[in-house]
Amino acid sequence: MTNYKVFLKGIVDVSPLMIPVVPFGLIFGVLAIDIGFSPVETMAMSLIVFGGASQIVLLQLFSGGASSLVIISSVGAVNSRHLLYGAVVSEHLSDLKLVWKIIISYFLIDQAFAISNDYLKKNKDSNRYFHLVGGGATCWVIWQSTTLLGIILGAAIPEKLGLSFAVPLTFLALLVNDFRKFINVIVIIISGLVATLGYNYIPFKAYVIVAALAGLITAMILTTKMKKNE
Amino acid sequence: MSNWALILYCGLITYLTRFSMIALIKKEMFNDRIREVLSFVPSAIFPAIIFPAIFINDKGLFEIDDNPKILAAIIAMIIGIFSRSIIATIFSGLASYWFLIFVV
Repeated sequence: MTNYKVFLKGIVDVSPLMIPVVPFGLIFGVLAIDIGFSPVETMAMSLIVFGGASQIVLLQLFSGGASSLVIISSVGAVNSRHLLYGAVVSEHLSDLKLVWKIIISYFLIDQAFAISNDYLKKNKDSNRYFHLVGGGATCWVIWQSTTLLGIILGAAIPEKLGLSFAVPLTFLALLVNDFRKFINVIVIIISGLVATLGYNYIPFKAYVIVAALAGLITAMILTTKMKKNE
Repeated sequence: MSNWALILYCGLITYLTRFSMIALIKKEMFNDRIREVLSFVPSAIFPAIIFPAIFINDKGLFEIDDNPKILAAIIAMIIGIFSRSIIATIFSGLASYWFLIFVV
């Protein structure tokens, strides 16, 4: 297949996953303006960060009055899943020039990883990475345009609708497959409890990091236990 | 720190988590154990955003009585478990929330 066709295949494959990105981007744009970021800053966030979860965490902690250091490290914690994505796809990209690695890294997002991981495993063509670029670029266009639309609509959406509730719902939606797995459910409950109970007591609004660590330690203990019992 | 510096640093750390593994690390450096634990990252982090947003109100107080967000989130979760659809989860949650605050 030509580079272009692989790129197109990436676009087609990622499309179904773009549906939820639309409300996510809108909500981000609306909330950022609501919290007090300027339209230019809001747009810059989507262009520079280009990560839904990271940007929402940024807003959530910023509006709660967290310090910059806590916000940045919480964003880092939320992003640690990308280390896994990078490690998994790196074997398919190891022959590429550095400039391509730099470009592809920008597009290594949840949705593109989800669809291209399968494709990269099944195809051995040297241009297979165009699939990942196609998926990532599609998401980029949707994310930037819905952010812009959110910025424009922001003022028109009444506060009474409680659209900020869409934030926990969006994250809840990202966990739908994990609710069926026992260890994941325990991890979810531990992390949620630590964050809620520690919200007012953990200093510097570091509750996201503390809760995430508690969740990961729980996961480590439980997976170790499960293996011993096998 | 200015808003701009904050945005730039958040962008930088996001980019570095994506780039570092692709550029620097060989696959063999990640053993199955590390990979297994990292697969729990979403389950470990997202609840830390979900739970406080549902149970803690604007004033930073724990709110469990007369809180329509709890029921709406439970409905969304049930719909999510059965439909496995991200969009159905979000919209069922919002629809139940609006129903509870505007109609009930």
